[in-house]
Amino acid sequence: MTVDSTAARKPRRGSSKRAGAKGGAARAGEPELVQLLTPEGERVEHPDYSIDLTPEELRGLYRDMVLTRRFDAEATTLQRQGELGLWASLLGQEAAQIGSGRATRPDDYVFPTYREHGVAWCRGVDPTNLLGMFRGVNHGGWDPNENNFHLYTIVIGSQALHATGYAMGVAKDGADSAVIAYFGDGASSQGDVAEAFTFSAVYNAPVVFFCQNNQWAISEPTEKQTRVPLYQRAQGYGFPGVRVDGNDVLAVLAVTKAALERARTGQGPTLVEAFTYRMGAHTTSDDPTKYRRDEERELWEAKDPILRVRTYLERGGLADEAFFTALETESDALAKRVRDVVRTMPDPDNMAIFEHIYADGHALVDEERAQFAAYQASFAEESH
Amino acid sequence: MSVEKLSISKAINASLRTALETDPKVLIMGEDVGKLGGVFRVTDGLQKDFGEDRVIDTPLAESGIVGTAIGLALRGYRPVVEIQFDGFVFPAYDQIVTQLAKMHARALGKIKLPVVIRIPYGGAIGAVEHHSESPEALFAHVAGLKVVSPSNSSDAYWMLQQAIQSDDPVIYFEPKRRYHDRSEVDTEAIPGPLHTARTVRPGTDLTLAAYGPMVKTCLEAASAAAEEGRSLEVLDLRSMSPIDFDSIQASVERTRRLVVVHEAPVFLGTGAEIAARITERCFYHLEAPVLRVGGYHAPYPPSRLEDEYLPGLDRVLDAVDRALAY
Repeated sequence: MTVDSTAARKPRRGSSKRAGAKGGAARAGEPELVQLLTPEGERVEHPDYSIDLTPEELRGLYRDMVLTRRFDAEATTLQRQGELGLWASLLGQEAAQIGSGRATRPDDYVFPTYREHGVAWCRGVDPTNLLGMFRGVNHGGWDPNENNFHLYTIVIGSQALHATGYAMGVAKDGADSAVIAYFGDGASSQGDVAEAFTFSAVYNAPVVFFCQNNQWAISEPTEKQTRVPLYQRAQGYGFPGVRVDGNDVLAVLAVTKAALERARTGQGPTLVEAFTYRMGAHTTSDDPTKYRRDEERELWEAKDPILRVRTYLERGGLADEAFFTALETESDALAKRVRDVVRTMPDPDNMAIFEHIYADGHALVDEERAQFAAYQASFAEESH
Repeated sequence: MSVEKLSISKAINASLRTALETDPKVLIMGEDVGKLGGVFRVTDGLQKDFGEDRVIDTPLAESGIVGTAIGLALRGYRPVVEIQFDGFVFPAYDQIVTQLAKMHARALGKIKLPVVIRIPYGGAIGAVEHHSESPEALFAHVAGLKVVSPSNSSDAYWMLQQAIQSDDPVIYFEPKRRYHDRSEVDTEAIPGPLHTARTVRPGTDLTLAAYGPMVKTCLEAASAAAEEGRSLEVLDLRSMSPIDFDSIQASVERTRRLVVVHEAPVFLGTGAEIAARITERCFYHLEAPVLRVGGYHAPYPPSRLEDEYLPGLDRVLDAVDRALAY
C-alpha cells in the first residue's frame, strides 16, 4: 500500500490551499473536500493527495467496512433484544473509520470516542470486547496497550488531551510513532479539544486530530457548534486543517496517512475533518425523527461509503462474485460469533465493585469490601 | 545522616529535585514553574538544572495540564503537576474526576496513572478571591484519588516522594501559609507509610485532629490549654483519602473526646465524615459529640474578614471548652 505523502512535506502556508479549493467533489452548495472516489464509484485525482492500492488492498478495505457494518448491525439488534443496554451505531461512518484506522501503524496510538468500532477493528481489538461496556458488565476493560487502542471515552472531547499528552511523551522518547485522537463535530465545542489544539501546537506534538463531522451531535446540527467549517479552526492554532470526504475510504486513507506522516517527521499536529453522516440514531436511546428529515438521510444514502467501493471493484473487475459471496458468509459468521459471545457473557462477580479502584490499595475500599462481603454472606447463612 | 533545617517550600523543592534526579520519567508541569520557579518559587532552579523538557512551562489551561499529564502517564511518564492556586483547580476538575480517578478501574487495572497534582491551598495570606480555598473534600469524595497534606518540612519532603512513587493519582495539598515555616528534614530517613496519622502531641483529655495548616494552630491551642491544666492530644491526620480512622479511634478511646479542625467549610467536610465514623466506632467511649471547627457555608470572604472566617486558636479552644463541658 503506497500513499503519496508529498503534500505532507509542503510548508504550512500551502495547507490552506490544499484544504480548500481543489478537491474533486466541490459542487454548488456543498463543502469542498478531498475526494478520490466519487459516490458513483469513479476514481478521481486530487492535486495534493494520491493513492495507489493493489486490488487485494482495495478488497481488504471493502471487507473491513462490510464486516464493521455487519458487526454494528448485529450490536443494534442485540440491543433491541435486550442483550445490550445501549449501542452507539457507526452506520454511515465506515469509510472514515476504516480509512483512518488502516492509515495507522501498529506502534501508533489511538484515542477513540465510544463510536470507533471500525477503528477498533483495524487495530485488532476483538469486536466482542467492545460490547462489555454496552452490556453493562464493565466500563471497557480491554488492555489499551495490547493494540495501542485506548479505552472508549464517553465524556466528550476529554481524550483529545490524553492523545496530546501521549504524543508529547512520544516526542520526548524520540520515537517516530504518531498519535491519533478521534472526536466529533459536537466535541469541537469542548474546551478540552481547544486546549488540546493549543498544547499540541505549542509543543509540536505528533498528533492527528481526526474529527468525524457526522453532522449531528445527538439532535443539534453542526450549525449549533460552529460558524466556520471545522477544519478551518486549525489555522488559528497554527497547524493545517483539511476536510476530506469522510465517506470515501481512499481519500480518508490518503489524507490520514499524510497527516500521520507529518506527525512522524516532526511537523506537528494536523486536523482532519472527515465530512460524513450519522445514518442512524445517536444511540439506541435516541429518536432522530424528532429533529431531522428523512430526505436528508436519503441524500446521504446516495453517498454510501461501502456501495461506491463495491461499484468501483465490480466495474474494474477487481473482485469477483466468489469474493462477495465469501464475504457474506464471513459476515454472517462474525455476527453469529458476536451474538453467541454476548448472550453468554457472564455478569461480573458482585465483588468486582471493589476491584481495581486503586493500584496500591486503599484502607476505606478494604473496609467497605469486607463489610459488603459480610453483608452478602449473611444471606447465605439465613438460607440454611 | 543528612539532616537539614528547611522551610516547607524548600523541602518540596528538594523532594522534586530528588525525584527528577532518581527517576528520568518524572516530569514537572505547570504554569510558571520554569524560569520563575512558580508563583511561590517552589520549583525554583529546577528548570535550569533539568531543562525545559522535564520542567515544563505549560499553556495557561488547567484542564489541558491535567489532561496531557494523563496522556504522558499513559506513555510511561510520572508527571508532577502544579496547579497555581486552590481556586484554579476547577477547570481541571472534570479531567481529574472523570478521567484521572477512574481510568485505572475502567481498564480493569491494566493501566496505571501515576500523576501527582500539587495544589497550594488555604487562606491567611491576604489574597484576592480564589486564592485561599480548601477544596480537599471535593477530591477525597472521589474514589480513585488519594489526597494528602503535609504540615511540616519532613512530611513535605517525604510525603511528596511517596506520592510520586505511588502508582495511583495523588492530590498533594500544600499549606501555603506555612510555606516558610522551617523544621528539620532527614533526607535519608526511612519514612512511615503515606496514609497514616501521627500523634504530634500526646494528651489525655481530648483529641484534636487536624491536617496541613491547622496542625500548627492545634499545637498552639494545646499549649494554651495546658496552661489551664488541660491535656490535649494532637493528631496530624496527613491523609484525607484514605483517612487513618484506626489511629483516630485509638486516640479517642483513650481521650473520649474529639474535635476536628480544618480550614475548609465544615458542612459535608472531612470533619463530618470523621465525626460520623468515629461516632460509629467509638459510640460507647465518647463523653461528648464529635465537634468540628472550620470554615462556614459561605464563599471565602474578602481577606479583611478572613481572620474571622478561619479557625484560630480561640475558636479551637472554644470547641474544646464545649466538648469538655459535656
